[in-house]
Amino acid sequence: MATRYFGERIRRNEDPRLLTGGGTFVDDITLPDLLHAALLRSPHAHARVRRVDTAGAEALPGVVAVYTHGDLPPSLQEPLPRPIPHPALVHHKTQYALARDKVRHVGEPVAFVVATSRYIAEDALDLIEVEYEPLPPVVTLEQAVRPDAPLVHEDTGTNVCAQYTQRVGNVDEAMARAAHVFTERFVIDRGTAAPMECRGIVAQWDPRLRQLVVWDSTQAPIPIRNGLARLLGLAQGGVRVIAPDIGGGFGPKIMMFYPEEVLVPYAAMQLSRPVKWIEDRRENFAAMNHEREQIHDAAIAVDRDGRILAVRTAFLYDSGAYIPYGLTVPIVASTTLPGPYKIPNYHCEFRAVFTNKTIVSPYRGAGRPHGVFVMERLMDRAAAELGIDRVELRRRNLIQPHEFPYDVGLIYQDNAPLIYDSGNYPATLEAALQKIGYEHWPQERARYRAQHRYVGLGVACYVEGSGIGPYEGCRVTVEPSGKVYAATSVGTQGQGHFTSFAQIIADALTVRVEDVIVITGDSGAFGWGTGTFASRAAVVAGSAVHLAAQAVREKTLLVAATKLEARPDDLVLEHGRVYVRGAPGKSMTLAEVAVAANPLRGTLPQEWEQPGLEASRYFAPPRGTFPNGVHAAIVEVDIETGMLKILKYVVVHDCGRVINPMILDGQIRGGVAQGLGGAFYEKLVYDESGQLLTQTFMDYLLPTAMEVPEIEVDHLETPSPLNPLGVKGAGEAGVIPVPALMAQALDDALSELGIRITEMPLSPNRLLEMIREARAKRPSPHPDPLPKGEE
Amino acid sequence: MKPAPFQYAAPESVEETVALLHAHGAEGKLLAGGQSLVPLLNMRLARPSVIIDLNRVKTLDYIREENGEIAIGAMTRQRTAERSPVVTRRLPLLADALPLVGHLQIRTRGTVGGNIAHADPSAELPAVLAALEGSVVVRGPGGTRRVAAHGFFVSYLTTALEPDELLLEVRFPAHEQQGAAFLEVARRHGDYALVGVGAVVTMAGNVCQRARLAFTGVGPVPVRIPDAEAVVTGKMVTDGVLAELGKLVTHTIDPTGDIHASAEYRKEVAGVLARRAIQAAAERARMKQMRMR
Repeated sequence: MATRYFGERIRRNEDPRLLTGGGTFVDDITLPDLLHAALLRSPHAHARVRRVDTAGAEALPGVVAVYTHGDLPPSLQEPLPRPIPHPALVHHKTQYALARDKVRHVGEPVAFVVATSRYIAEDALDLIEVEYEPLPPVVTLEQAVRPDAPLVHEDTGTNVCAQYTQRVGNVDEAMARAAHVFTERFVIDRGTAAPMECRGIVAQWDPRLRQLVVWDSTQAPIPIRNGLARLLGLAQGGVRVIAPDIGGGFGPKIMMFYPEEVLVPYAAMQLSRPVKWIEDRRENFAAMNHEREQIHDAAIAVDRDGRILAVRTAFLYDSGAYIPYGLTVPIVASTTLPGPYKIPNYHCEFRAVFTNKTIVSPYRGAGRPHGVFVMERLMDRAAAELGIDRVELRRRNLIQPHEFPYDVGLIYQDNAPLIYDSGNYPATLEAALQKIGYEHWPQERARYRAQHRYVGLGVACYVEGSGIGPYEGCRVTVEPSGKVYAATSVGTQGQGHFTSFAQIIADALTVRVEDVIVITGDSGAFGWGTGTFASRAAVVAGSAVHLAAQAVREKTLLVAATKLEARPDDLVLEHGRVYVRGAPGKSMTLAEVAVAANPLRGTLPQEWEQPGLEASRYFAPPRGTFPNGVHAAIVEVDIETGMLKILKYVVVHDCGRVINPMILDGQIRGGVAQGLGGAFYEKLVYDESGQLLTQTFMDYLLPTAMEVPEIEVDHLETPSPLNPLGVKGAGEAGVIPVPALMAQALDDALSELGIRITEMPLSPNRLLEMIREARAKRPSPHPDPLPKGEE
Repeated sequence: MKPAPFQYAAPESVEETVALLHAHGAEGKLLAGGQSLVPLLNMRLARPSVIIDLNRVKTLDYIREENGEIAIGAMTRQRTAERSPVVTRRLPLLADALPLVGHLQIRTRGTVGGNIAHADPSAELPAVLAALEGSVVVRGPGGTRRVAAHGFFVSYLTTALEPDELLLEVRFPAHEQQGAAFLEVARRHGDYALVGVGAVVTMAGNVCQRARLAFTGVGPVPVRIPDAEAVVTGKMVTDGVLAELGKLVTHTIDPTGDIHASAEYRKEVAGVLARRAIQAAAERARMKQMRMR
């Protein structure tokens, strides 16, 4: 394969359009007679809905319709679909489009108003009277599993909706004979993805075409189309779902279904007028799915040399009020935990638990940061207890390059065996150590201490599951203009697919990247696929793009061979032109071949099989592919205020062959920023009554450009053997190890105080609290200068 | 997040504005830079029936030097003040604090008068006004009056302004001879401070002749602690004096906690910042003395 573009820092095809305001986001869709929707949401965490009176709202001029549960058709009165079942998920509860008799979290939709403007729709919400009978809420995980806890769903008899265990070897036996066993409890609290663009839906029913067109900020337009067709009684061909430009997805924009995704299309059909709903930020905080909340009780057993004998974790996973997305997050947490280490005996079990809080579904990382936090913290604990250098301890346990494929012994989220396909973990670690200057750190650290500065270094390793099936597809077409169009099955939310996919095609067809127009996220353009999630678009859709482009290349040579009266083997495709080897005068442009491939008279040669320079191909990986990486950072703590400063941050990352390093660096840096948010800034706070106290960006703190440091990124390239491009996913690499890394760096910075971080996220308040407690236990290290170089 | 219905008035003069305020009383709400009011409106946390937009009142945008004071018109954008050479030269404490007010975009809209009149106890400018013992000039139907900072800030988001009074200007005493420092701890750059402090000191050699401190984020109004100021007054600014100052501040103030920081955090950090701010202000004062020699 010629690689003029693959691997190059190509400027993004989409940027001129996006940077000059030419993007089309859901809210940019305006249609004649457009109506606007707003939702009345529960102010209670847990309450029975006794009565909903919409008369006042209906009487307000400008209000076109008000819907409550009873106003919906039977198919929408059922709980919403359950697309991802699991045998262990005994109580697979999903929400109603509009609450039936009970609300189970603040923000749950109760009524749906359609009006001539969003202002009027919101005025109407004020006029709806709901009689609630408040019930005791279940707010925390510990509370939810108490035997006397109130029940989020009465008919289940428990708040535990799933219990699932995976085992490798015999942990009990290994722990019994181990030289050392260290146990620890780890707590990770809630966060939200906070995409720049909140969710949005516009739906239009065209009675002439009998077609429903839905613009939806979803990451999975095709499954949404399929589900809508079923729920609304339409043919799949009668529904077109378009995910236009989307201002960030990060996971929670894939959910089959959010209530609004069925309510807006239903209202548009029922009212025969287009309806728009744009989620505002306050809604987004309570109504878009959350993530991260888990409590792990974990243990590590090591021998005298620090070799891992066994690891165990038992954890609680907060699913929120319903569990539409199944067990993806806790399974990913369980299976990411072993990371790059050889763990002969492993036991993980979790209980997924209902609480009266917003639903949880995958958010960038999707359980991976939790697994890595637990494992890396256990490694740090073992290193500290054994007096072995933390990096040396890791080196002794890394899977070696000759051990691939490496079977971890678990079942991954795609129900396939967890087998690492390729990698070079020692090389990744050494490269990161070199970049951060680990060798000289003891001297460096002593120098800081002499200046009374509390500076620590962290190093964290991880392996990321990516690129899982089932399949994705692509259709590549060369039009008579010579331009190449590629329709893919995945939606895009800023990942640069318009460019990276174009690079793959441009190489196959020897055209310019700018001449490849990629269409994403339109079920009318391509109708089979699943969506953008689990760091899989480049791997799965990218491979389908490659296969389709190669097929079009072959077709091009076939058609040109007929026209140029040569054998396909004697033809050369170069710079968008086919010529006979040795006779460059005998040639056709790609455009000319495209015209020839679609004759108006005569007959289509049988060996062409179909007209046009066009091919659709699918790629179905047997299982996931596993990138890996190491992050390292140097962090300073102001021990009088608990404020942090990151002095240096490096990432060494291996996601196989790199399509576009510029796009990849951006993915990683953005991920690190989100990871830092989850480590030190972002936290969703619920009070004891289940009220969400953080519903604005004044209270939910996203790190800004001022807080995020320079991030140096380097790549190793160990190709994946599981796909034709040799690529692995990279969407979550930036975020995964950040909490683990920050914890280790803080431990290092505050080692004199004996502080060991076991929770995330932190805050200056929490850090100062820990420092205060530690000082109460130990003689104060401040303001007395510390002995130089002492650990 | 769309506001409830309201009427909109756009007066073009101070007189017209005062008349509107008088006519609508507590139902009228003034819109200046809108950086606090507009979010409150959009979240329907504020539902005034009339918005009186000050942005067409052109006479309230100025920075003047008068009798050792700098008078800043209420509608002067924070960014304009930040870039003013007069502010930089003669109001070093304000110059130190202004970059901490929100972000550039916010300061470009936000006004000096709006920030003072909104009286958010975590905001920077009220603490600056309190530390400098400045004042505000207000106009009501009965005429113009001047209110000193300590009498102006009454409680959380509450000032001595009557419902029909308009804040005309904010007067900061010039203090270019003194050392000044505004320090704060905020979760992120541009956030409201968890704790902040403005410090102004007059030095004679190494001895502090006068010190003033005003804290933000630790009470319903900007907080002055005379006992703490007394700790440094008349003394050399040594580590021992600073430590005593910090302890006294931590011991004296009585903040409340919220989801971002506990009361304990604010007490402790207020002491730390007081120490650091006095130290920085004293250092700057010494530098000025050296330059003048």
